Amino acid sequence: MRCKKMVDVGRRQFLRGSAFAAAGVAATTVTGTQASATPAPAQIDYPSTKLGNVADLAVNEPVDIEYPDADSPGVLIKLGQQVEGGVGPDGDIVAFSTLCPHKGYFMSYNADDRTLNCPGHFSRFDVEAGGQQVWGHATQNLPQFTLRVDEKGDIYAEGCSDLIFGRMSNTL
Amino acid sequence: MAYKRQIDRLPIPPKDAKVHNVTCHYCIVGCGYKAYTWPRNKQGTLKDNAFGVDLSEQQPAEGTWVAPSMYNIVKQNGEDVHLVVVPDKDCVVNSGLGSIRGARMAENRPSDVTGTQQQRLADPMVWRNGVWQPTSWDDALDLVARVTARVVTEGSEDDLVVSMFDHGGSAGGYENTWGTGKLYFQSMKVKNARIHNRPGYNSEVHSSRDMGVGELNYSYSDYEVTDTIFVVGANPLETQTNLFLNHMVPGMRNGAKFIMVDPRRTVTVNAAEEVAGKDNVLHLAINEGTDMVLFNALLTYIVDKGWHDKDFIEASTYRDGEAVPLDEAHPAGLGSLEYALESCRTSVEEAAEICGVPAEDIVKAAEWIAKPKDDGSRRKCVTAYEKGIIWGNDNYRTIGALVNVALATGNIGREGGGCCRLGGHQEGYYRPSDAHVGRPCEYVDQLLINGGGKVYHVWACDHYKTTLNAAQFKRAINRRSQMVKEAMDAAAGGTREQLVDAIVAAVNAGGLFIVNADIIHSQIGQAAHVILPACEANEMNLTSMNGERRLRLSERYMDPYGQSKPDCLIAAGIAQNMERVLREMGHDAYADQFKGYDWETEEDAFMDGYHQGNPEVTYDRLRAMGNNGVQEPVVGFDNGKLVGTPRLYADGKFDRHGREDKKALFCASKWRGWQAPGKAREKATHRFWVNNVRANIFWQNQFLDQENEFIQDRFPYPFIEMNPEDMAELGISKGDLVEITNENGATQGMAYPTETMKRNQVAMVFGSPAGSQGNIVNPGVNELVLPDYKHTWGNIRKLSDATPRAKGVTFKSKEYRA
Repeated sequence: MRCKKMVDVGRRQFLRGSAFAAAGVAATTVTGTQASATPAPAQIDYPSTKLGNVADLAVNEPVDIEYPDADSPGVLIKLGQQVEGGVGPDGDIVAFSTLCPHKGYFMSYNADDRTLNCPGHFSRFDVEAGGQQVWGHATQNLPQFTLRVDEKGDIYAEGCSDLIFGRMSNTL
Repeated sequence: MAYKRQIDRLPIPPKDAKVHNVTCHYCIVGCGYKAYTWPRNKQGTLKDNAFGVDLSEQQPAEGTWVAPSMYNIVKQNGEDVHLVVVPDKDCVVNSGLGSIRGARMAENRPSDVTGTQQQRLADPMVWRNGVWQPTSWDDALDLVARVTARVVTEGSEDDLVVSMFDHGGSAGGYENTWGTGKLYFQSMKVKNARIHNRPGYNSEVHSSRDMGVGELNYSYSDYEVTDTIFVVGANPLETQTNLFLNHMVPGMRNGAKFIMVDPRRTVTVNAAEEVAGKDNVLHLAINEGTDMVLFNALLTYIVDKGWHDKDFIEASTYRDGEAVPLDEAHPAGLGSLEYALESCRTSVEEAAEICGVPAEDIVKAAEWIAKPKDDGSRRKCVTAYEKGIIWGNDNYRTIGALVNVALATGNIGREGGGCCRLGGHQEGYYRPSDAHVGRPCEYVDQLLINGGGKVYHVWACDHYKTTLNAAQFKRAINRRSQMVKEAMDAAAGGTREQLVDAIVAAVNAGGLFIVNADIIHSQIGQAAHVILPACEANEMNLTSMNGERRLRLSERYMDPYGQSKPDCLIAAGIAQNMERVLREMGHDAYADQFKGYDWETEEDAFMDGYHQGNPEVTYDRLRAMGNNGVQEPVVGFDNGKLVGTPRLYADGKFDRHGREDKKALFCASKWRGWQAPGKAREKATHRFWVNNVRANIFWQNQFLDQENEFIQDRFPYPFIEMNPEDMAELGISKGDLVEITNENGATQGMAYPTETMKRNQVAMVFGSPAGSQGNIVNPGVNELVLPDYKHTWGNIRKLSDATPRAKGVTFKSKEYRA
């Protein structure tokens, strides 16, 4: 019953995340019914969030992150070789959402083959191939966070490639 | 490069969005979905929306979510509307789970606004002046009717060859099988017909039916309460995804053991091990094609141990020796258990030797299937099988041998039991009798290859991708089609009469006039002379039943694309034109046979067909039953609800064979090695066994997915799973394009290193538009024209280094690893 336990662990972690969420929510309100309102920009504005510093990352040791807000868990990984979407001096730092884009279970990182694996229904995603779904039920690849590294080596997330599970908008 | 959708928000369905019942039109499981549509200029809010959920909050796992693939803008009554199609939490089939196929139904709709599925056919087309010219229905159907009528009246209806789907879902369903069936089996008696996935008009499970056991006899809930799940030649996590996740997984969590018979380790085996623990999963990785020997050994061992269900056998099975002798229509004799055992008695040791698995594993399987529990109570077992044996060696006897085990253990008609095929498409068969086709039926592919037939009507089948012996089939059809194209080109500018004369002269000289009804311009459609655009489920109302016989109405929520129509109405149009043309030709009596197609809607076709045989069932009543529908057969209407049947044969009476005594028969499934011609020699002379497999990401031959970037990005070429040591020996790296060849032809795909593949075996995905595995499958079939697609041997060589597209693909193991 290992699998079921994993699912429960994932769910607990995820729900715990939700409890911290309330503050950020009110900021985005749909204004479509106000004919005279300032037009909304054509795309959403992402926060620029510092996730860490290049110097603090070790190869293949994932760091838990939250982006674009505390309800959206993710992972920041230095892979040791240049990859798609990788940043930093070695082009090897990537960040992804860790909510499975099938049914939203919290995924675990397998350091042996560098995949994120979903305990809910066995989907898996390759962090070395831009979050491509290796096998699974999701109808998109894993949302990858857009990263920027400044001159001090600080790593910022500033966007996301795909819709994050459980939201109609990536910023709530 | 992993495909990025670059979508970071979606419109919200308003509270007053229209809601439609949807049964996923892809696999047999038929998951329930809800389609929401609303006007382009409206939207819901975070707090006030169609879902009744506060969307300003992050939703939890299993919570409400619209993936971008579940959204589109489509035409409804001529207006552009928003469309969202999400899995239905209240449907007992899937309980809110979506698959990688069904959860893309919305984005796989044709949309001129978002640009999706622009490959869909919008207009009838006729080969004219060297190209396919769009035209009207009247023009296209007039040509179809004039050529068809000339050929069948100057010759006979045997000169008309028909390929037609027999399934539910997609473009099938009770409406469309009836429309086509009425045309070809009632108005005409077309004998030279074949079904979408096999080269004749026959059952894939003749032996089960001859034994009295209809092949879909259980309820999916049986998996949840059983002691053992026994799966043969199937990969349900990939191909019946939510049956596995929503019914087999709960069964394992309730303590069921899991047996898989498959030469290849699949993701299903891995997932079962994750759920049940390795000690409760038994993978019998037998030598290819030896399933029958295993089943015979299981039966022998179970009976010798006295674990068979003696009361059930006495009450419900034939007890008097031989009931049906072996003959041309029955590739094995049928009769009592004792009669069958005379032919199929096999020791565990013999089976271990032939099947290549340890004897103790065979004993363990027998124990898990039939050994009474410690308290003496009987063990329950669900048996499920699919293409591994349906498309395998000696179809009739192998399936019979498996059904023998289920019958002997009393596991049919009881809760926690069942012996069923898992299925491909949904079912939706309602046609006039096909008795005139005969048994054995005509081997239609060979008929066409050998110059038989003059007019060929093809309905929603793309044999170029999916038939066996496909390389030869394509060469023959292309050659014969080209003769007619050239005749049509030469008649350019002439009258309709001159054109018809030219076509008839060409078919009399060996050409083939091809009419193709489909939703896209398929590969076989490239050989067609008239192309008729069809629509799919939800562009029309469509009824089908799933693998537990659950009948639902999947509702129309959008307009058919362009001029496209339901197949049933296309068939009606052909019939009406046949009647008119035949009357003009002076064949009044024959013309009268084409009356009775005055249908305006698909519901009219449903009422003319299915409803006549099942008078309780109407669209209104089905609509009221929602996504949970009713399990067939429908036996009544009570308190405003249709009353169905959860499980067949609950009374212990078996009737699928039509016997008055209602006794089930056992099959004398005597092993005879490789049954189909040419298989043994091919195996002896080639290195690799080329297993033909499926993947959850593709629906069938990828007819829509070939234009879906998310799918094509993952597998730009058909994958060929291959042992890494074999690859190294042949100088093949991951992603390289490789060619597989044998005497039948050649095909190509992309090498996918797979640690769990056995040496000298590869697994190639079936039906790919970029490499048909069928090219290398020999024409071997069984006595009833059931093909052995699964057994093909070939040699492999590298064609090319990985292309840039292939280099962007992940080649990691498909198995979940925490």
